[in-house]
Amino acid sequence: MQLTQKHHEYWNRNLKVTGILLALWFLVTFVMGFFARELNGITILGFPLGFYMSAQGSLIIYVAIIWYYAHYMNNLDQEYGVHEGEEE
Amino acid sequence: MASQSTAAFTKQLTKYYSFYTGGFIGFVIFVAILEQMGVPNRILGYIFLGFTILLYAGIGFMSKTAEVSEYYVAGRRVPAFFNGMATGADWMSAASFIGMAGTLYLSGYDGLAFVLGWTGGYCLVALFLAPYLRKFGQFTIPDFLGARFGGNIPRLIGVFAAIVCSFTYVIAQIYGVGLITSRFTGLEFQVGVFVGLAGIMVCSFLGGMKAVTWTQVAQYIILIVAYMIPVVWLSIHHGFGPVPQVAYGYALQKVTDREKVLNDKTTPDGAREESVRQIFRDRSAAADAKLKGLETGGAGFLVEEKKKLEDKVAALKTAEAPDAKAIEAAEKATKDFPVDAAKAKEQWTKDKGISARAAPIKPHAQPFAGKDEKASDIARKNFLALILCLMVGTAALPHILMRYYTTPSVKDARKSVFWSLFFIFLLYFTAPCLAVLAKFDVYTILVGSKFSELPAWVSAWATVDKTLMNISDINGDGIVQLAEIVIGGDLIVLATPEIAGLPYVITGLVAAGGLAAALSTADGLLLTIANAMSHDLYYKMIDPHASTTRRLAVSKGLLVVVAVVAAYVTSLKPGDILFLVGAAFSLAASSFFPALVCGVFWRRANKLGAILGMVSGLGICMYYMYMTYPFFGIKAPLWWDIQPISAGIFGIPAGFIGVIIGTLISAAPSKEVQDLVDHVRYPNLETDYKAAVI
Repeated sequence: MQLTQKHHEYWNRNLKVTGILLALWFLVTFVMGFFARELNGITILGFPLGFYMSAQGSLIIYVAIIWYYAHYMNNLDQEYGVHEGEEE
Repeated sequence: MASQSTAAFTKQLTKYYSFYTGGFIGFVIFVAILEQMGVPNRILGYIFLGFTILLYAGIGFMSKTAEVSEYYVAGRRVPAFFNGMATGADWMSAASFIGMAGTLYLSGYDGLAFVLGWTGGYCLVALFLAPYLRKFGQFTIPDFLGARFGGNIPRLIGVFAAIVCSFTYVIAQIYGVGLITSRFTGLEFQVGVFVGLAGIMVCSFLGGMKAVTWTQVAQYIILIVAYMIPVVWLSIHHGFGPVPQVAYGYALQKVTDREKVLNDKTTPDGAREESVRQIFRDRSAAADAKLKGLETGGAGFLVEEKKKLEDKVAALKTAEAPDAKAIEAAEKATKDFPVDAAKAKEQWTKDKGISARAAPIKPHAQPFAGKDEKASDIARKNFLALILCLMVGTAALPHILMRYYTTPSVKDARKSVFWSLFFIFLLYFTAPCLAVLAKFDVYTILVGSKFSELPAWVSAWATVDKTLMNISDINGDGIVQLAEIVIGGDLIVLATPEIAGLPYVITGLVAAGGLAAALSTADGLLLTIANAMSHDLYYKMIDPHASTTRRLAVSKGLLVVVAVVAAYVTSLKPGDILFLVGAAFSLAASSFFPALVCGVFWRRANKLGAILGMVSGLGICMYYMYMTYPFFGIKAPLWWDIQPISAGIFGIPAGFIGVIIGTLISAAPSKEVQDLVDHVRYPNLETDYKAAVI
């Protein structure tokens, strides 16, 4: 079918949130991993920060990223009327 | 109305699995009582492994099915929460359950690449693939490639890649199954492999994906309980409280302080460590001297050396007060003396390598240790490359992606990725803490204790398996030094219950957990391989008119064949487990990821692009592994110092470049295919594209 303006808008907003979350994922994984030696100079609650981020901190952020994406997209579906019907 | 029934179904499942969990805890208590009554440990091991395998078989039997959609995708009615648990079990293999904490214990920060890689990959699954594949809603990953790129060639390459990476991975799993069964029941490794295999088969044979799903949920519950109990107990035992995941920073500080003391020669403890290290250095130097002597003196040197030993034996025997022990040792040395130059070289090179044990302790929290900045930078580069390969591989392994076909809707698929990672996170979040707690125990309690009063778990494991626990009084001072202990990584999880002073029943529980982890992953993988062959190869390409009965019969037949072949290959004990696992991820990442992601996000991507992308990704990845992994014997120089396990770092970009070039040099895909792209992008389009897919 011919996609409407609204459909394109939905897809663009999807791309936007995907891009932002991906950037966050990249930051906590690769940027923080790259600077782990430097981050270890900071100590929080007994943990060197670089170690803590790789052992647990980044994991918490990953879970949050996925939760936020599911939440955001499921609402976006409703907003743009592309959510699945009752029969699904 | 349908959503109502989904809710009812979820409620029913919750009820079943609550009963199940209660029943399982009751079973553990029952075994604990048996133990108190004096039933021997070997029998307890049998009861534990036998009972859990029967349990899985029971669930498998109850879920038997003759319906295609139940067999391939569990009828697409698995609620997000339960699919999350099943994915968790599907995902966490023997390597995660038993190996992870040990890897972290041995390699400290650098081992965290696995923790990060195996969790962060789910972000890619959630953002790039799961909802779109669910909307597409077929049975396998090659299905998507076939429909999106048209024609049989992309599908065929997909089948090939799915088989290559799943087969590599399944061997590692069956290996784990064999290891656990043989260790806890005393069966031979090869027998253990086939016994474990029988356990795998009963789950998947009768009910396909449906049976595998419900057993995986059951297996997840066992494995997470088995992982948590010993860790929490160990933490309480050492006074860090019941939430070790938060409190272990304190233990880490103590470990770090202790590392400094042991590395400092001016402290009494450090001086004792140094004396052991000196002995290792001396031994290494002696071996080195002999190697040099062999090089210059050749065979004559060997004769001379042997003569020296024989003279020593003679001298000892004729001494005024003969020392029986010394004579025995000297005779043994003479007897073990290498027979020829090649053997001598091998033996002495190995002896020379003992200098590794003389190295100072690497601080646990220190990233990328290396002898200088350059070595450290190379370690960092490999650390990041490995993370990328593991993450992208996660988002490309067909047995994981397939799980998102089983949810009732796109919405549930998205939620399901969240639950998947949440359940996986529980274990991976705990592993770094277990590693630190175990280190705390070894550094502060074991080191410095007397050899005459070793803790029970140390002597027990040292007699069972020298590769896991090797401890001997090198410098003869009667006190344990860290340099005198060699620990195998798998010991950490296996011995934690005993370190924490828990009864044997918990050790049995840990074994059952490890078995659950290995079985559930093996199940998912075998099903993926069999489905790729039966559905994609047989039904879609060879005989599209096959009846349902015939399709399922072919699928089940193939399942048995694949399982037996996999078990046979495993019983030959090929290569290093960690490498096999890593290789599977690199292979999946290079072959599937670029084509799948472009298939959704780039409307223009077409058949030639997909073919070029998959072939070049897989090709580069396999080529690099073949050239550089020592097992294949070529040992070509590394590209930019990247280890062969991270071959995907070259394969992934090659895959993307292949897709882009192939696409741009050929025509845009047909209107029909472009409609399919819209179909997967929107959870619901009014005049939706349906007819052409099915």
